[in-house]
Amino acid sequence: MSTSDANATLAARDAAASPIELPRLAVEQASYAYAHQRRSAPMFTLGATSFQARQREVVAILGPNASGKSTLMQIISGALKPLSGRVLLDGVEIRTLGTRTRAQRIAFVEQQSPLVFPASVGDYVLQGRHAYGRALHLATEEDIVLAMNALAQVGAEHLADRRMDQISGGEKQRVILARALAQQPLLLLLDEPTLHLDIGAQVDLLERLRRLCEENRQTVIVVTHELGLAAEFADQVVLLHKGKCLRVGTAAEVYQRELLEQVFGASMDVEIGPAGRPRVSLRSRSDGEARRTM
Amino acid sequence: MRPLTLRRLLWTCGSLSAVLFVVIVLALKLGAVPISVTDLVMSLGRVAIGRSDRLPADYRLIVFDLRLPRIFLGVMVGAALSVAGAAFQALLRNPLADPYVLGVSSGSATGALIALIVAPQFALATPLAAFLGAVITITGVYLLGLRDGNLDSTTLLLGGIICASFLSSIIMFLMTLSSRDLRGMPFWLMGDLSTPQPSELQWIFLVGLIVGIGAIYTTAADLNLLLTGEREAAHLGVEVTRVKLVVYVAASLLTALAVSASGAIGYIGLLVPHAMRFLFGSDYRILIPTSALGGAIAIVAADALARTVAAPTELPVGAVTAIAGAPIFIYLLRRRMR
Repeated sequence: MSTSDANATLAARDAAASPIELPRLAVEQASYAYAHQRRSAPMFTLGATSFQARQREVVAILGPNASGKSTLMQIISGALKPLSGRVLLDGVEIRTLGTRTRAQRIAFVEQQSPLVFPASVGDYVLQGRHAYGRALHLATEEDIVLAMNALAQVGAEHLADRRMDQISGGEKQRVILARALAQQPLLLLLDEPTLHLDIGAQVDLLERLRRLCEENRQTVIVVTHELGLAAEFADQVVLLHKGKCLRVGTAAEVYQRELLEQVFGASMDVEIGPAGRPRVSLRSRSDGEARRTM
Repeated sequence: MRPLTLRRLLWTCGSLSAVLFVVIVLALKLGAVPISVTDLVMSLGRVAIGRSDRLPADYRLIVFDLRLPRIFLGVMVGAALSVAGAAFQALLRNPLADPYVLGVSSGSATGALIALIVAPQFALATPLAAFLGAVITITGVYLLGLRDGNLDSTTLLLGGIICASFLSSIIMFLMTLSSRDLRGMPFWLMGDLSTPQPSELQWIFLVGLIVGIGAIYTTAADLNLLLTGEREAAHLGVEVTRVKLVVYVAASLLTALAVSASGAIGYIGLLVPHAMRFLFGSDYRILIPTSALGGAIAIVAADALARTVAAPTELPVGAVTAIAGAPIFIYLLRRRMR
């Protein structure tokens, strides 16, 4: 199966899935509460959160540590059942989908745990085809083509025969993304994908995501606390703070100085750049002078 | 990209089966009474063409009534322990997991011993009680290994070791208190293939082995993903709860069968899967059948050694596997800590 065939399949699936223009993803008043024990008081809550995302859209979920970003992602992925509200993918409630169907529609890249027994890069990417396999899940010709396409899309096809423990952090992050792409998902969820990358690799990854989202007609949701990168790459920003959804909108709408200062607990300047996207710079508390562009 | 193909799978298993065959023939030859390869091949040939009645009586006794059943028992025990070990390593995401280290073997042995004391007249009671012992122990060790809802490797291993030593004391206690003649027990506890098994138990063992390994093999592709973490596996389409349940029950069954037939033979479940990973890669779709064959080879070879090193006296096969296994375990532990 070639890339154009794969795209045609995707297009057909899109057409079948949404005869009228439904949002790809609709999070409706979803909330959650963690408790240590079933009967004890909740330790952490995520208040009712709502937003929608269309195909080819990149949404950034922003917030400081412990603001509920990862919980929201778990709810969107279907791994956690929301306490109230619901999450719809193409009009279907995600929790009602079986594990396999969910894996064919949603790919979730979490912060990685180390591999116990390192696999080859090729085998690792082929794991993304698991939800399509039968019996022993031996790779078909189609699986191999799709896995190689996924590696090519992240610019890592030359790594296919290397081992996962022999590649750099940036390469690993791209291979992990390729495994998610091999799932051919409608919705791609990424939890802090830029966490351990240097700034060059961060920009490279987000540019790729932007491009992939266009090419594959995917909806991408990224959790990050990088304000600058989110403003640059996201179509929509969801701002969370202490388990509350404070604001949803474009970066220009959400990035207001007082709001960001209150949420992140630091003095900042916000200015609108030439492309209409805001730029945030950090001010030192002592002299009020701008020190670092975020 | 070189993904696993059916051809490679069959080719690898075929080669290992050939090695197993050679090891079996050698094991038939070796022992207190030496038998030449020519005689052995001739007599095997006679059996193959259905003329076993023309074999000399002493031959038939030594080769077909004594050595061959023992070798088949070794094949089954080795396969069961290795596959159980490989399965526990994936489930617990711990390369040092093994039925022996986790205390599951001791749990089985305790169950089997209780059955032998309480209901010696029921042959079936021993493997059943061994299975119960295995399930209870692995559940206990799993719960001991949990810290804040996550499985902690070190705590898990410590939990297993503590369970194993606790259960060993219980076994000693039971053996001392019991009025039955259990003089063969210490040998059995070390791991020993010399006790002849009643034929109905052998059949149960064979069926249990096929069911257990088969059940684990149906989840082989899922186990590959479980090794990357339970949540990730779920995101990739693995029904984690079902797979874990199937594999825990099947691996406990395999351990129980092995222990009720041959006592607690150590380290096979740890070392064989590691050797197979080294040779054929860590894909569980190839690791499970190669571990089964490799385990069979290892036990048959170790037992042949146990029979010949101090002939005519025999060592328990568990002593041989422990002598070879303990240093390799320490090597793996140190490599992991680095």
